[in-house]
Amino acid sequence: MMNSSRATGPSAVEARALTVVRGDRTVLRGLDFTVEPGRITGLLGPSGCGKSTLMRAVVGSQAKVTGTLHVLGRPAGHAAVRNRVGYVTQAPSVYTDLTVRQNLDYFAAVLLPGRAHRAAREEAVTRAIGDVDLASHAEALAGNLSGGQLSRVSLAVALLGTPELLVLDEPTVGLDPVLRRDLWNLFHSLATERGTTVLVSSHVMDEAERCHRLLLMRDGEILADDTPDALRTRTGSATVEDAFLHLVDEAAATRQETTR
Amino acid sequence: MSTAAPALSTARTLATAARVLRQLRHDPRTIALLLVLPVLLITLLRYVFDSGPGTFDSIGASLLGIFPLITMFLVTSIATLRERTSGTLERLLAMPLGKGDLIAGYALAFGAVAVLQSVLATAVSVWALGLDVVGSPWLLLVVALLDALLGTALGLFVSAFATSEFQAVQFMPAVIFPQLLLCGLFTPRDQMHPALEAVSDVLPMSYAVDGMNQVLTHTDITADFYRDILIVAGCALLVLCLGAATLRRRTG
Repeated sequence: MMNSSRATGPSAVEARALTVVRGDRTVLRGLDFTVEPGRITGLLGPSGCGKSTLMRAVVGSQAKVTGTLHVLGRPAGHAAVRNRVGYVTQAPSVYTDLTVRQNLDYFAAVLLPGRAHRAAREEAVTRAIGDVDLASHAEALAGNLSGGQLSRVSLAVALLGTPELLVLDEPTVGLDPVLRRDLWNLFHSLATERGTTVLVSSHVMDEAERCHRLLLMRDGEILADDTPDALRTRTGSATVEDAFLHLVDEAAATRQETTR
Repeated sequence: MSTAAPALSTARTLATAARVLRQLRHDPRTIALLLVLPVLLITLLRYVFDSGPGTFDSIGASLLGIFPLITMFLVTSIATLRERTSGTLERLLAMPLGKGDLIAGYALAFGAVAVLQSVLATAVSVWALGLDVVGSPWLLLVVALLDALLGTALGLFVSAFATSEFQAVQFMPAVIFPQLLLCGLFTPRDQMHPALEAVSDVLPMSYAVDGMNQVLTHTDITADFYRDILIVAGCALLVLCLGAATLRRRTG
């Protein structure tokens, strides 16, 4: 099933020997992976394993990237793909001294400038506010919102330009279970109804079950690139968390064997 | 992997300027301080030199140029530092926004505030406090506006070297005070130690203050006045470009 969808269109993200150095530390070590279009790909691993760096490389804000990294058919960060990619950082990056709507109005004007597009912008802003369920807070100052609401404003900004690729760095951290479920439902409807490719990171393994495909990361390397079902079957585990632990042990064992 | 920064987009620049002003509007206390403080200080100065109106004329005119420089320096360095630390800068640069759009937007917004600030301070000085200007008070405004742009440019530039608000505020004495001491406000520049005079020759604030004094003492626009405003404008432009170079799309 996965192979057929891969055959119909090119990958949304394609990395070959992707390496990132920060200071004197190699954060990503020669990664090879692809992200399938129109699907939700979960990037999972413990904190500090390089998830955020990988995402920053994909959106083109990471320095010292070597290897090849193509996003939507262009080199990552290329001017032509910048308005086709939506990016949400871990910390909500919005102006706390503007209202929710004023924040979105500004970012919409950056994405689609000009008086001619005013109506389209208004529509996009209203839709994005509705998508993240903040219509009742549209006129509230962002600085007065709760942490969860603020991160949803940040998400709404990323949804503005109807991006083909949505890169979300731990979007559900600190949210209550109801909101988390709602957001995951939103990601699924984005993928199925709008055909958006979603690359979402998390260090909570139970969110893995909601992804179409998983990239399991540890120490700057990718341990596995598979569907949740296939991962569980392959490792004979009941949950993705168990599968992850199994893979970590397996990798440690091979490493010991090679050094012996 | 990166392409050259796209040319200025008027719509994006205007949107950025409007956004910066909208942020200010949510902070009425800052607006009040920006507009009222220079007026109060220049009034204070008038009565400090109560018995010597001639001294008030020369120092008052210089201060009308220095106020916008200092306030815009502070406001811009904090505003851009916040933009860097909050992640909004990274987000904007991941969008199709040119660095020039962002910088021009800031310059436009704070330039507008500076015009308002200077109009108030100049009007009060000339009409209420009896500041004796031989030339046109409009020329004072022109110099004040250029000074404000220079302050915005310097603030933008140093914010790249500050990692906290504490550091950003400390850059004010570091960047502004030496210029203040050497600009001819306290002693005419040609009476300083030759080495210091040479230093003051390359500091932009010296020309800002000299421009103000040209207007103060000449009915016509002098050649020196043209030289002064060209140098201040040129410095502002140069530092703005340096500031643009500190905005990095890709960071470690």
